[in-house]
Amino acid sequence: MNADVVVIGAGIIGAACARALARAGMNVIIVDRAAPASATSARGEGNLLVSDKAPGPELDLALLAADHWPKLAAELADELSTPAGIALGGASSSSGRKPALGAATSSRAESDEASGVAARIAPSHTPFPDIEYDRKGGIVVATTEEGAEPLRAFARSQAAVGVKVEHLSAAEALALEPHLNPAITAAVHYPQDAQLQPVVATEALLASARRAGVRVLANREVIGIEREGDRITGVRTSAGTIGTDAVVVAAGPWSGAVAEVLGGDLPVRPRRGMVLVTARMAQRVFHKVYDGDYFGATQSADADLQTSSVVESTPGGTVLIGSSRQQIGFDDRLRVEVLAQIAQRALRLFPFLEGTPVIRAYGGFRPYVPDHLPVIGEDHRHPGLWYATGHEGAGIGLAGVTGDLLCAQLTGAKPALDPTPFLPSRPSLAAYLVHGDDRSEAARPQAAKSVDAKGGAK
Amino acid sequence: MKHVLVIGAGPAGLSAAVAARDAGARVTLLDSGDGLGGQYWRHLPPQRPSRRESRLHHGWGAFERLRASLADDAIEVLTEAQVWAIETTGAVGSTGAVDRFERRPDRGTSPIRVRSGDSVADREHFGRGALGDRVGLGNGLTVHVLVGPADSGGREARALTADAIVFATGAHDRTLPFPGWHLPGVFSAGAAQALAKGERIAVGRRAVVAGAGPFLLPVAQSLTAAGAHVVGVYEAARPAALAQGWLPKPWRLLAASHKGPELAGYVTHHLARRVPYRLGRAVKEARGDGRVEEVVVARLGTDWAPIPGTERTIAADAVCVSHGFTPRLELPIAAGCAIGPDRFVTVDADQRTSVAGVYAAGEITGIGGVDAALVEGRIAGRRAAGGEAGQADLRRRRGTTDFARRIDAAHGIRPGWVSWLRDDTVVCRCEEVPYGRLRETAEATDQTSLRSVKLTTRAGLGICQARMCGRTVEDLTGAGSARAEDSTDRRPLAAPVRLGDLAGLATTLGKDPNV
Repeated sequence: MNADVVVIGAGIIGAACARALARAGMNVIIVDRAAPASATSARGEGNLLVSDKAPGPELDLALLAADHWPKLAAELADELSTPAGIALGGASSSSGRKPALGAATSSRAESDEASGVAARIAPSHTPFPDIEYDRKGGIVVATTEEGAEPLRAFARSQAAVGVKVEHLSAAEALALEPHLNPAITAAVHYPQDAQLQPVVATEALLASARRAGVRVLANREVIGIEREGDRITGVRTSAGTIGTDAVVVAAGPWSGAVAEVLGGDLPVRPRRGMVLVTARMAQRVFHKVYDGDYFGATQSADADLQTSSVVESTPGGTVLIGSSRQQIGFDDRLRVEVLAQIAQRALRLFPFLEGTPVIRAYGGFRPYVPDHLPVIGEDHRHPGLWYATGHEGAGIGLAGVTGDLLCAQLTGAKPALDPTPFLPSRPSLAAYLVHGDDRSEAARPQAAKSVDAKGGAK
Repeated sequence: MKHVLVIGAGPAGLSAAVAARDAGARVTLLDSGDGLGGQYWRHLPPQRPSRRESRLHHGWGAFERLRASLADDAIEVLTEAQVWAIETTGAVGSTGAVDRFERRPDRGTSPIRVRSGDSVADREHFGRGALGDRVGLGNGLTVHVLVGPADSGGREARALTADAIVFATGAHDRTLPFPGWHLPGVFSAGAAQALAKGERIAVGRRAVVAGAGPFLLPVAQSLTAAGAHVVGVYEAARPAALAQGWLPKPWRLLAASHKGPELAGYVTHHLARRVPYRLGRAVKEARGDGRVEEVVVARLGTDWAPIPGTERTIAADAVCVSHGFTPRLELPIAAGCAIGPDRFVTVDADQRTSVAGVYAAGEITGIGGVDAALVEGRIAGRRAAGGEAGQADLRRRRGTTDFARRIDAAHGIRPGWVSWLRDDTVVCRCEEVPYGRLRETAEATDQTSLRSVKLTTRAGLGICQARMCGRTVEDLTGAGSARAEDSTDRRPLAAPVRLGDLAGLATTLGKDPNV
């Protein structure tokens, strides 16, 4: 089995990368050690945010994504509304590959073989589920006097770099969110913030990728790499070797471990988050509503906003309440104290929720990089080894532009924005990387913590 | 004095509580219901007693003896006590994360992992791992309970720990969907029986009882006792399957104490009342204008697929359906207990689970009925209190385990039932997900992950959190149970909790920098 590129990880980032590469004419295989769309991509709220990002490269990427997602959502809906094999994407007719339908069928057979599930029927003609893209806008509020001015100042700094920002009076905020706690001290409306259903979005990108010829191999773990000299020649998996000269690590919080298996290294760590889901109710929350108090409460001099509570409705009629951030490794056990704090913060925003039953709590691990920027590009120490990871809580929103940015670099096309700040070779990451000669020392500088560009417990 | 926490006050839990007390322990007995006895001994509330109670319940005397025996300072009984979460605070790695069953993609469920140090000789049949004597409660377990009426706010929150825990959380009945099952007048057999036993309400005048398993018989009896006319009991298992399940080594049934006489009693009862009991048949459709008016009964092949041309229409205003039971596993899973390939809590002959100090008894260890529950509860209670199980109980337990296996062999669900579904048959009633959409979405996404199937179709995401439809969704899509964390049995939040109650538990708002 051979491919131009092997993408490791069938979450939303891997799906977006594979799709972009295939539409650019590459022959792509995605491998995942488990099932697609089932780890980090399936454990968030589906945030597409500009509001929580301070001016800088990540906000530039998020602004690009804010323009890109509506187009991508429409494109996916259009493509997937027709049966596979008929509506082939524009770029998918490039030479040297099997027709999309044939490729999709073969990937189906292979993933079934790997998963032990009986072969399935021919590709479906069912309309694909809606990805529920909704530019509903975000409203960030402060509920303390100390929190008010930092929130406004933060919004002004964002407006200066092109974020659409509307400062609201309490009355204006209540007009937009009638059930909001009236005791707010400041409120800012971000009309570019949006939401989508992250699992459907990931599946849609994967389905579209399959139509462009991508093979998705589930239940295959990457166990090593093959090289000739410095050049990558293949990826070893638990079910055979795939010949390739380019590998993209898109394994979310497990990217560090995968990089290590491939002979590289990347300081990606898991950061746990929990979300509460209420029973269905008539809609009483209309935007993404955030509590920006953390910022004021800590009197932090950091330039970014640390949101700590997010409340929003879903088209399913539930309300999602998030979210915590904890660095506790891959420990997935339930912590009552965490749930209780999420609940308490949510009630400060929407007191009416007090009697609402929470029916489910779920958690996941965000891929956290010490300088708080995604890593998108080739490893400067290992030619052919690429990364698309480290988006922390922003991976759903940034997936599409990440796929395009990685694809442009890998195929030598002109990227939509300068990739330099996201490269693994960026200075803010240097202290965390093992360098060419000192690999054996494996020394990670203690001083590294001070490089933490965006500070504290986000 | 050891403190033993018993969760669930049905036959197994009552039996465990009394046995633990008798062995010298202080006992806390919890149940989410407002009375004792569980589903099996569900009875009229004390303010409306009935002298007929003993005639309506099998083994009522046993219940009365157990209940009387609870009146003791050494046993604290908490009813309306809902366990909504179990926290494990032990070292990482001591939890079920390693112990939960795994299914390999190539060949179904692999044997559970048995911890090192276990002797092979200790292992019981069907891969149960015996885990040697260990002292104290493992995994740093804290049991979070809300006490008060289920639909009220401001319930009293308690966080309980103990020296040992006995899970006796039981099972709820499983109903396979069929066209028309959403109509008013269709009940799960368990709900119908609960109404009959607990409220003396018959769910209809002309009732059909259908599904699979010995449970259909007591349900029909309860309905009759509550005043309904049961027009027929339709058992999906065919005579050959019944023979296979029940005939080999029939003398073993004697060991299942009064199971034999109990079944004989039901059969006699039905003959006496002239209730037809038909094998190899199923209700494949319910019809009616706004509520059930008639049902379509068909003969089934060995795989439970209806045989075309055998359909018969029967007038009925109530249908009571049960196709078996689903054990309530969320709490044992939250505690880190190993779940076996059969998807019951793995226990050894002493009812020990894979977590030190944690025991399980009753239907969560295998569907064995009341006799198994009583014996297992007694063993679990004595062991949890630090005593030894009685030899007679250990002997009886072997008989009841055998009974559980026979039930499954004879009445276990066969895959052909899927052919009675139509594309518009609702599978998940909470979220109104029809079979066609479920199947086609799983195909369109090429998915084998239950998490993705649920989130792309919304099946199993509703208020019951897949308690009703979970196993059916797994069967229909081929997804799920491939990974333990994917199983519909896993519910870290074990019951709905009001946001206000949850917020009331916060102790360090804004103080914990890691949150």
